[in-house]
This record gives sequence, C-alpha cells and structure tokens, in this order.
Amino acid sequence: MVQQLTTGDRQNTLVILLFVFVVGVAMAAVGRFDPLGVHGVIVMLFGGSLAALVMRSYYEREPTQDRLSHYYDDPIKAGVALTLAWAIFGMFMGVWTAAQLAWPDLAFDAGWSTFGRLRPTHTTGVIFGFGGNALIATSFHVVQRTSRARLAGQVSPWFVLLGFNLFCILAVTGYFMGVTQSKEYAEAEWYADLWLVVVWVTYFVLFLRTLARRKEPHIYVANWYYMAFIVVVAILHIVNNLALPISLGQAKSYTIWAGVQDSMVQWWYGHNAVAFFLTAGFLAMLYYYLPVRAQRPIFSYRLSILSFWGITFFYMWAGSHHLHYTALPHWVQNLGMTFSVMLLVPSWASAGNALLTLNGAWHRVRDDATLRFIFVAAVFYGLSTFEGSFMAIRPVNALSHYTDWTVGHVHAGALGWVAFITFGSLYTLVPSLWKRERMYSPALVEVHFWLAVAGTLIYVFSMWNSGILQGLMWRTYTQEGTLAYSFLDSLVAMYPYYIARAFGGLLFLLGAIVAAYNIWMTVRAVPVAAGGQADVPDSGLAPNTVATPAE
Amino acid sequence: MDIDHDTLVGFAKSWGLFYFIAFSICVVIYAFWPSNRKRFDDAKRNILDGDDRPWQ
Repeated sequence: MVQQLTTGDRQNTLVILLFVFVVGVAMAAVGRFDPLGVHGVIVMLFGGSLAALVMRSYYEREPTQDRLSHYYDDPIKAGVALTLAWAIFGMFMGVWTAAQLAWPDLAFDAGWSTFGRLRPTHTTGVIFGFGGNALIATSFHVVQRTSRARLAGQVSPWFVLLGFNLFCILAVTGYFMGVTQSKEYAEAEWYADLWLVVVWVTYFVLFLRTLARRKEPHIYVANWYYMAFIVVVAILHIVNNLALPISLGQAKSYTIWAGVQDSMVQWWYGHNAVAFFLTAGFLAMLYYYLPVRAQRPIFSYRLSILSFWGITFFYMWAGSHHLHYTALPHWVQNLGMTFSVMLLVPSWASAGNALLTLNGAWHRVRDDATLRFIFVAAVFYGLSTFEGSFMAIRPVNALSHYTDWTVGHVHAGALGWVAFITFGSLYTLVPSLWKRERMYSPALVEVHFWLAVAGTLIYVFSMWNSGILQGLMWRTYTQEGTLAYSFLDSLVAMYPYYIARAFGGLLFLLGAIVAAYNIWMTVRAVPVAAGGQADVPDSGLAPNTVATPAE
Repeated sequence: MDIDHDTLVGFAKSWGLFYFIAFSICVVIYAFWPSNRKRFDDAKRNILDGDDRPWQ
C-alpha cells in the first residue's frame, strides 16, 4: 500500500496514524473498564499496526511522476479483499443467528453470544462491512474510469477505506460487549458515529474533487448515484445519531429525540439507509458494470436520469410506512404510504432499463455466469421494490408487520439484489483491476451462482410462508371472539421454516466462500494478461485481435 | 402567528406539492432538451471504449 506514496505522503500518513493512536490511548485512559476503554485499546492497536506497516516500507523506492498517468487502484484492491472478508464474517453471523432461532441452545449460555447481541453483528457485517466496502471500492473504480481522471488524493482514499473499516470494527466489537444505541442499523455508539462523520466528509470531498478533475464533459449517471449515496448517508447519519453521552468516559449515550419524533427520525433514517445505502450505490454499480459486462450501452440514458431524480426525491418521504398503526399522526403515515407506492415507478424504470439493456444479448446471459448475476440482481430489484410498495399499504402492513414476511422482503432485496449485483460487479472488476485475462475458474463462478440462487430462493420462500402463516395465526379469532392461537403456537409452527431459512443462508454463505477462493486464486495464479487488456466477454473476434483501445 | 401542527401540515400539503411538481417538470425538460441528446449518447457509449488510462 505504500509504494504509491511519496515520502511526503508517507509522513502525512504517519501523522494521521499517530493521531489515531493518541486518541486510542486517551479513550483507553478515560474509559478504563467501560467498553469505551476496550475500544480505546482497539483504536490504539489499529493505528499502531498500520503505522508499523507504513514504517516497515518507509524507505522503499518512491513512485515516479508517471503515477499520475495511471488510475489509483491500490485502495480498490484492498477494498475488494475487505469486502470479501466482511461478506464471510457477516453471512456467517447471519447463519449462526438464523440457526439460533431454530435451536436456541446455540447461544451456549453466554452473554456475548445471545441473539440480541449477535443479530446486529450480522446486519452491520453485511450492510456496512460487505456492502459498504463494496460501495467504496467500486465507487473509486467507477469514478476514475468514467471521469478519465485519477483519484484526487493519495492518502485520502486509504483514509476513507480504512477509517470506514475501523468504524465497522468498533461497531461489531461493541455489540458483543452489549454496546448499542438501540436504533436499528445505527447501533454504534456516539464516539464511533463521530469518527464516521470525519471519514464520510473526507469521502465526500474526495469524490467531489475527483469529479472536478474529470476530462469527460458529462458526469456519467453512475456517479450521480454514488454522489446521492454519499450525501444522503451523511445527512441521515448525522441527524439520526444526535445524542448526548452520559460522560466522555462512557459508551452509553441518549438520543436528543424524544417519543414519536425519535421513531420518525429513526425510520426516516432506516428506510433511507435502504434507499441510499442499499439502493442508490448499488444502482451505480448496475449502471456501470452491466453495460461494461454486456458490452452494450444502457438502453435509455434519459430514463436513467428520470428514475434517478424519482428515486432520490420519493424515497425521502417513504420512511413513515414503518410506523403504521402507531402514535405517528395519520397523515404522516398516509404520506409514507403514498410515496412508497409512487416509488414503484422510478424503481421499475431502473429495473426495466437494465433488462432492456440485456434484450438482444440473452445468449450472453445464458453463457456468462457473471452477467447472469447482474441479470438476477435486476430481476430481484424489480420484485422486491414491488413487494416493498405493496407491504407499505396500511392494510397489507397489518398482516405483514412484525412477521417474518418483513425479514423475507429484506432478504429478497439484500441477497437477491444487493449481493447479486455486488458479486456480478466483483467478477467484472477483479480481472480488469489485476489485469488478468479471466477469472481463475469460470466453473466456480457458475457454482457460486447456483448456490446463491438456491440459497436466496429457499430463504425467501421459507420466510414468505412463515411470515404469512404467522400474520394469519395472530389475527385468527374463535367464534367466542378470543384469539385462536397463542404466540407460542405460532412459534412452534415456525420451526420447519426457521430450519429452511438457516439452510438457505448456509448455501449463500458457501457461495461467498467459493467467490473469495476464486478471487484469491485469480490474483495469485492467473497469468497477467498480455498488454494489460481488461477482461471483457467474447466479442466475437478471434483471440488476440481485440480492438485496440482508442487513445 | 403560532407555528403549530396544522401550520406545518398545511405547508407540507400545499408548497410541498408545488415544489415537487415544479421540480419534476425541470427534470423532464433537462432529460428531453434536444441539445442534450448528443451529450447523453456520448456518455453512455464512452464508458465502453476499454481505455484504461486517465486522460492527460
């Protein structure tokens, strides 16, 4: 990681890492035996070990001036590795927690491994660890390629990537110790949140400055989506995490929002986390890696602009559909419901745009498992946005809310859409990033694809079944007007579905492990492509007659 | 004048609606403005050219 840094850059890096180390020492000293103190030690170790890495290579040869005539790919490579590591961790925690629901003994009678503590390690691990690293890595890749400009900084991309991972580590280790704000997808406590603000503002400035350097006159639409992701996540994160710590030496804090306002802010955050973390950024991947992999321009660029503004402006108002039948004023519930239904239009415009781009290249979808990943992602994006709009309608929500149907819906989106588009993008990105001719094993990509499809379908169908069954059992009355089933009855009825769900998740995890192995072997064992050609699917030309890149 | 719940509801239901409609009209005009056509066509084709160096 140090080869691309000049002596001045290396000194700046060490100053930043020293600062991180000192903050860690201070946290450890002030926090003592509070979880904050443990986190201080973790921050110290993080800053110290990275500083050791930099110092070990401090006197290595400096990069030549021509580094500026290349794209800056080192942070992207590290980002891909971190993405895969978090994928395996986060999905493993998911399988474990799913198995706990079927077999509660798997908590092993310990505090740290109870369901309540493990569940956020799964959600943070997959959403922020896996999804966030994939977003950062691909955004660095896409913004450079579509702007024809190198990243506007040598140290700041590393700061963003590693700083974000420090946030994830603090969040996840905190959960094991019982640290939580009790806000879904925003569980990390105040000091981690403050750190993320610093990292995120750096990310925003870096992205803007890179765009400002661009040589292409028009900013390609994928960058709009990345920009929306960065800007809105910053706003959401700051507003939802406004909190007062009980003291500077303790991890515990209290939110400044009270009562139903707190709920509204939380679900405004929560639903826009789905919208701008799990949708906008991944649509950016779709709009870049789909055309590149299929070697066809997007079906309609205008439609992509219209759906961009539709998605950014409609999603903002949809969050209150999480609070149907609560103390939230009725008109706010109606507002959220209406915007959720309207959202179907721009969402299907994006999904349709993707599928129509593939129209005429179906033989490639058949032959190329990577393109099939992207195709399935677009299909699941269409399906889960329809399902989401449907579930946001108040009477439907009366059946679905608090049941496993919600869990099924989230995983249709998270597995079928987010993870599929990520793996499709990674299989496109990795050979071109490391200048390899192809992936190590196309057969393993195929294996991964079918494991992922089978896992997703088993998961989603078992949760649909159990969710609707649960919802119906909870609202079935006897002729005397009493509830026909106790809660325990519904729990017993869930047992087979919970086993199926854990099995589906296990298949998906196995697929991710296969992907990590395949990508590892691609980097280690596949020879470098002659002439540094990017990996593109068969263009119909004979080998070695690939069109020369236009300069 | 007191700013109470009804004031905010009234504001959201009137100006919120107008600003949305005005905004969507602007977006549609931008997307379909004739002189933007070439720019959009270039943008969607240029990402496929396989050139892997920054432009100087």
